[in-house]
Amino acid sequence: MSEPAVLLRGLGHRYPEQGKGEFALAEVDIAIRSGIITGLAGPDGAGKTTLMRIMAGLLKPSAGSVAVLGLNPVVDAGILHLKVGYMPQKFGLYEDLTVMENLVLYADLRGVGGEARKVQFERLLDFTDLRRFTERLAGKLSGGMKQKLGLACTLIGTPELLLLDEPGVGVDPISRRDLWGMVTSLAKGGMAVVWATAYLDEAERCDELCLMNEGRLIFAGTPAEQIGRMRGRCVQVRNLSGNRRHFLRKALGSTGVVDGVIQGESVRLVLKEGTAMPDAGLMASEAGAKAVPVEPRLEDAFIDLVGGGPDGRSVLAGTMPDVKLPEGVDAEAVIRARELTRKFGDFTATDHVTFDVRRGEIFGLLGPNGAGKSTTFRMMCGLLTPTSGEAQVMGIDLKRSAGEARQKLGYMAQKFSLYGNLGVEQNLLFFSGIYGLKGQAREKKVSQMMESFDLVRYRRTNAGELPLGFKQRLALACALMHEPPLLFLDEPTSGVDPVTRREFWMHINALVDKGVTVMVTTHFMDEAEYCDRIALIYRGRMIAAGPPDALKHQVASDDLPDPTFEDAFIRLIQRDDEAQRDKEGRAT
Amino acid sequence: MTPTPPAPAGTSPSSAGFSFRRLTALCVKETRQIVRDPSSLLIAIVLPVVLLFIFGFGISLDTNRLAVGVVMEDRGVEAVRLAAAAAGSPYIEPVFADTLAEISEKLTRGELRGIIVIPQDFTAKVQAGGGEASLQVLTDGSEPNTANFVASYARGLYESWLAARADAYGVPFSEAISIEPRYWFNPATISRNYLIPGSISVVMTIIGALLTSLVVAREWERGTMEALLATPMRRAELLLSKSLPYYVLAMLAMAICVLIAVFIMNVPFRGSIAILLLSTSLFLGSALGLGLLLSTTTRNQFNAAQGALNAAFLPSALLSGLIFEIASMPAAVQAVTYLVPARYFVKIMQTLFQAGDVWAILLPNMLFLLVSSIFWLGLTTWRTRRRLDG
Repeated sequence: MSEPAVLLRGLGHRYPEQGKGEFALAEVDIAIRSGIITGLAGPDGAGKTTLMRIMAGLLKPSAGSVAVLGLNPVVDAGILHLKVGYMPQKFGLYEDLTVMENLVLYADLRGVGGEARKVQFERLLDFTDLRRFTERLAGKLSGGMKQKLGLACTLIGTPELLLLDEPGVGVDPISRRDLWGMVTSLAKGGMAVVWATAYLDEAERCDELCLMNEGRLIFAGTPAEQIGRMRGRCVQVRNLSGNRRHFLRKALGSTGVVDGVIQGESVRLVLKEGTAMPDAGLMASEAGAKAVPVEPRLEDAFIDLVGGGPDGRSVLAGTMPDVKLPEGVDAEAVIRARELTRKFGDFTATDHVTFDVRRGEIFGLLGPNGAGKSTTFRMMCGLLTPTSGEAQVMGIDLKRSAGEARQKLGYMAQKFSLYGNLGVEQNLLFFSGIYGLKGQAREKKVSQMMESFDLVRYRRTNAGELPLGFKQRLALACALMHEPPLLFLDEPTSGVDPVTRREFWMHINALVDKGVTVMVTTHFMDEAEYCDRIALIYRGRMIAAGPPDALKHQVASDDLPDPTFEDAFIRLIQRDDEAQRDKEGRAT
Repeated sequence: MTPTPPAPAGTSPSSAGFSFRRLTALCVKETRQIVRDPSSLLIAIVLPVVLLFIFGFGISLDTNRLAVGVVMEDRGVEAVRLAAAAAGSPYIEPVFADTLAEISEKLTRGELRGIIVIPQDFTAKVQAGGGEASLQVLTDGSEPNTANFVASYARGLYESWLAARADAYGVPFSEAISIEPRYWFNPATISRNYLIPGSISVVMTIIGALLTSLVVAREWERGTMEALLATPMRRAELLLSKSLPYYVLAMLAMAICVLIAVFIMNVPFRGSIAILLLSTSLFLGSALGLGLLLSTTTRNQFNAAQGALNAAFLPSALLSGLIFEIASMPAAVQAVTYLVPARYFVKIMQTLFQAGDVWAILLPNMLFLLVSSIFWLGLTTWRTRRRLDG
């Protein structure tokens, strides 16, 4: 093989605002080849974007050497910008310009004109399937189309190196698959492609892989290498008769288990090296349960590389009292939606949605961006008034007494709504005050929360400066201050590393054991598997509902006997699209 | 769909040096954004109208009908003639009294803005000739601006009285009293002619800085800056594309201001349009540069706009000499006023409107504007990075 397209040696970077001992990147050695897709994977804050910006010549690294296509990105920036296509996280599109105006702008900036421009535009419009939309404003495109346009703009001038920073974020799985197909064909044509992602399932499909964690490269090689290493160590425990959450907790506490997650009715375990089956003691507790070897995933390898997941215990469980429902509240419907509808102008964001949530259940709202899951969620926690229909929590009508209802629920917003310049203890005191805790009870609750979530050592640290995982713990602690019987979580773990995500779900599982009812929105397919039941929201309507396994079962076919949850998601949406088209076809 | 990768580029573009094609592309983009986003047009077209009317009529409304007491200690023919001039003035509303004691209380209570006393010996002294006749003007010193107006009106009354007298007797009034040429104008427009051109300078400082304060920050906020920086675009191309369209827009705002001043507020313009264009251009370098600098350094639209509003409005209103006389400021503050571009522009505008192309005043002020523009634009260029870091 010829010279690598990118060669990084001993690369390190520290931002001016970072203190001593802190860094964005340290001792990174990577070689990226042409003709393949190299995945740059890791959780948020791992250093992916910093690395991309250095390769694009937008940041000067503080240490080490960089060669991109044989050039030094800092010195030869001018030539480099012609040869490198860089798509930043927000696409870099002008939303108030049309598709064609965006293309023309980038063509002029890259000096592509005349006949060459015509030829390239033709090809790119075919390639991205955007021809029908050339006169549309970029801001009016869907997430998936925006991303294709972003890619098209980046490809003008035919770069030799393509840098894509998290192109999968904010895009539904169907568009993501389209995009993947396009990028694969570009790589086959000889381009060097770097695809940064926080989704490990996405990284798994790359030809080569650079795994990052906390600014360091923890692995470079092929995904197959990592997955091969894990082969024989992954099992799915099926036919669990007892509570699968209890089984998971027990399993994570046992010595042979590195990691475990809930998958519908089953529990998936990753075992220590050299162990093929979970230990007999553990299995003995579940008569009839069967451990079946399953194909390893990249996430298993990642967890293993960073030293295993949490041990399954949540100290929180000890401090939360059991939830007792007041007289007259139906345990089968502590949360209740009837024909719930919300309109914004003539746009119907939520369209006649009906469901009940039982006490102690985890109920998930899943759907592509803009499908209406957030609108539905906000109506259920009293932040939005329904246009019509009924929304109740604990028997309280949210239309009439939203204030009273809100006292019954804990709410954790997407971007932890903490006060970044208040300390941990100050945040806890503030939120306990909001929920009406006073005097000794308040002091006691605050110190209890700090102990449960291991926040004591950070008590004086500003919330904004906490590591991500601790920020999330603090946000959860604030939401639980008033011991609410209901917990509402809006995209609780987006952008969080897999270990922290597991730990978060341990706490949620512990709460559910105490009878807390949880309603959660998510776009993580893995996270959906933790739910007892899922409502799939698409174009404002609830197009499917049921336990995750039942949804998977609905789409199982001869071609796909054992579909993943993502397969189920895509198939169900496609079916709905087809049904809608049929309906329209008949109507005309 | 079967995706086909695009073929290699047919052209071999070069990135070296300044490219007019890239500049044009960026300017076209910027212009499209201006046309589609109402906020820029709002700042350039609606804001100058609103601000100028506030500055212009806010003052003239106050002065149109000022309540002024006239104490008639003298009932002679000249005193009556003067009283008649007061009654006929469209700018004051006279309240007549025989003694000062009757109405001095009203001045204290603020019901009257000033009192003109016609002394007992007024007619006698006027008829005796020799220019020794005098009027006493009492004003409320706690409101210096209003006090000045009242004083001006008193002089104006005196002049119209002289004119009426000249008509009646057929004698030239210059004989009776020496009059400074400044006061040849109608009293009401004295303040307007002086204030409106100065106000235009303040308005243009605000508009210039506001227009550009949003444009670079917007690119940062929307994430488009990162994509732009990853293209072969040069720093000069970026900065020019962020100034030229807004320069045109600011010139439009200026035209609106001048047209309103001349045709609606009837302020005479005595200079030449070419000089007005040139000096406005020199001034806009500073105003647009200030906005760009804030936009570049804050990378946040809200902060930049807040900063622009304060950094543009406060110094231009307080330190330009428009409202407060620079000569009466403490030495340290006077030194600071040299850094305020509005100071020079106010002087230029007042000269162009009131006096015409007086080069002795215009040239040094234009030179200072040029230096100031180079300073602000240079600072912006220096602060503009071709990378995300320093």
